[in-house]
Amino acid sequence: MLKGLKKGALARSLWVYHVSASPCNNCDIEILDLLTPRFDVERFGLLLVGSPRHADLLLVTGMVNKKVLDRVLRVYAQTPKPCLVAAFGSCAISGDLFVDSYNFAGPLDKHIPVDVYIGGCPPKPEAMILGVVRAIEKIKKLKDL
Amino acid sequence: MNMSVGWVFFYLLVFPGFLFTSVVGLLYTWIDRKVTARIQFRVGPPLLQPFYDFFKLLGKDTFVPEGAPRSIFLGAPLVGLASVSVLSTVLLVSNMFPQQAFAGDLIVVLYLFVFVPIILIIGASASSNPISALGASREMSLYLAYELPLLFALATIIVKSGGLLKIGDLLQWQWANHPFLYSASGAIAFVSAFLCMQAKLGFVPFDIAEAEQEIMGGTILEYSGPALAVLKLTKAMLYFTASIFLTVFFWGGFRSPRDGWYHILGWLKPVAIIVLIILIKNTNPRLRIDQALRFFWSIVLVLSIVGFILAAVGL
Repeated sequence: MLKGLKKGALARSLWVYHVSASPCNNCDIEILDLLTPRFDVERFGLLLVGSPRHADLLLVTGMVNKKVLDRVLRVYAQTPKPCLVAAFGSCAISGDLFVDSYNFAGPLDKHIPVDVYIGGCPPKPEAMILGVVRAIEKIKKLKDL
Repeated sequence: MNMSVGWVFFYLLVFPGFLFTSVVGLLYTWIDRKVTARIQFRVGPPLLQPFYDFFKLLGKDTFVPEGAPRSIFLGAPLVGLASVSVLSTVLLVSNMFPQQAFAGDLIVVLYLFVFVPIILIIGASASSNPISALGASREMSLYLAYELPLLFALATIIVKSGGLLKIGDLLQWQWANHPFLYSASGAIAFVSAFLCMQAKLGFVPFDIAEAEQEIMGGTILEYSGPALAVLKLTKAMLYFTASIFLTVFFWGGFRSPRDGWYHILGWLKPVAIIVLIILIKNTNPRLRIDQALRFFWSIVLVLSIVGFILAAVGL
């Protein structure tokens, strides 16, 4: 029962920390759309927080390059578990048009476990909300929390 | 009324102490978020949202940063929680049984109010994070800014009532005569105490010590999991307690001018106060620390001294 309470509470109150792993800034601007009156994700308990210590969901935007990879790994290590990771935008998922770049460190899921993929360049707000719904479904399915 | 040990524990832990204050305080944070959302034409979170947040944080890991003294870092939020519980108990019990007040409870209340900024400063300084230390130094400056006007506001009502020092006596004076708010000096004292409470709660325009977009949460930056849950709960309880503080000292407690249905009207008074706090919070930008200091020392302090002089004259 305690586990159910924990899971239910986590599913209803995902606090989002937004990790900029060398993005072009388009994804970052689009994330803020979710907080506007039109979409208002605070209805579902989502909040943007300023520190990875408070976060439950890491939104990683941008193509992870060799220089920023260390920071992404450190932010992931600093986030209290249980936490989820979303690869946000085509760059984080696959590298997009930077695949052949000399400093591309590989897709995000090569380095840290990714729970949700949100595609698009940048993703539409509807796609982001779908991603959040996927994340919540994933939490409900988790066995050990 | 018999004040046996069992009753004291009941008052402290269940009603009107820890349990009652924490539930109402969390509901207050819901009112806060909902009204904010409505002001911005959003829908806002559901009623139980603060409870989800609290239980979620309880179920997460807690990190103690490298180089931070574990006992101080994790102990500070617990001290804050305990002091706010005692604070709300003293304020509400003296409202329920005004004759039971002990001498000097006003001073106890003032000291307990100091605890919350102090535990924030101690916890942030113990976290060995430079940004938290910046938040702690801002919290300290802000505390120095608002404490003096707050003391003058309380001195005003003490002078106005003819030197009563017990909360129960002050309440009975207000029930016998009129709430302090309805006199010139009392209204001025209320305005300055209200602004001090806004700063004490750390709300915009005085959320300089936390400043999410600037120093990432400042004093609470390094806290995570259950420790953060306790800090959030402390702040929620302080929210409730601050509104009660203003109601008890300036607005005649939970009793309406007409006796009989004070249960409904009286309990709406603190809600009216927090809606006012939320409106100020949502219509002002954040001040810099020097602007906040200047505001409190040159405007609010002068205002509260004027109120004090008016009370001494007898208005």
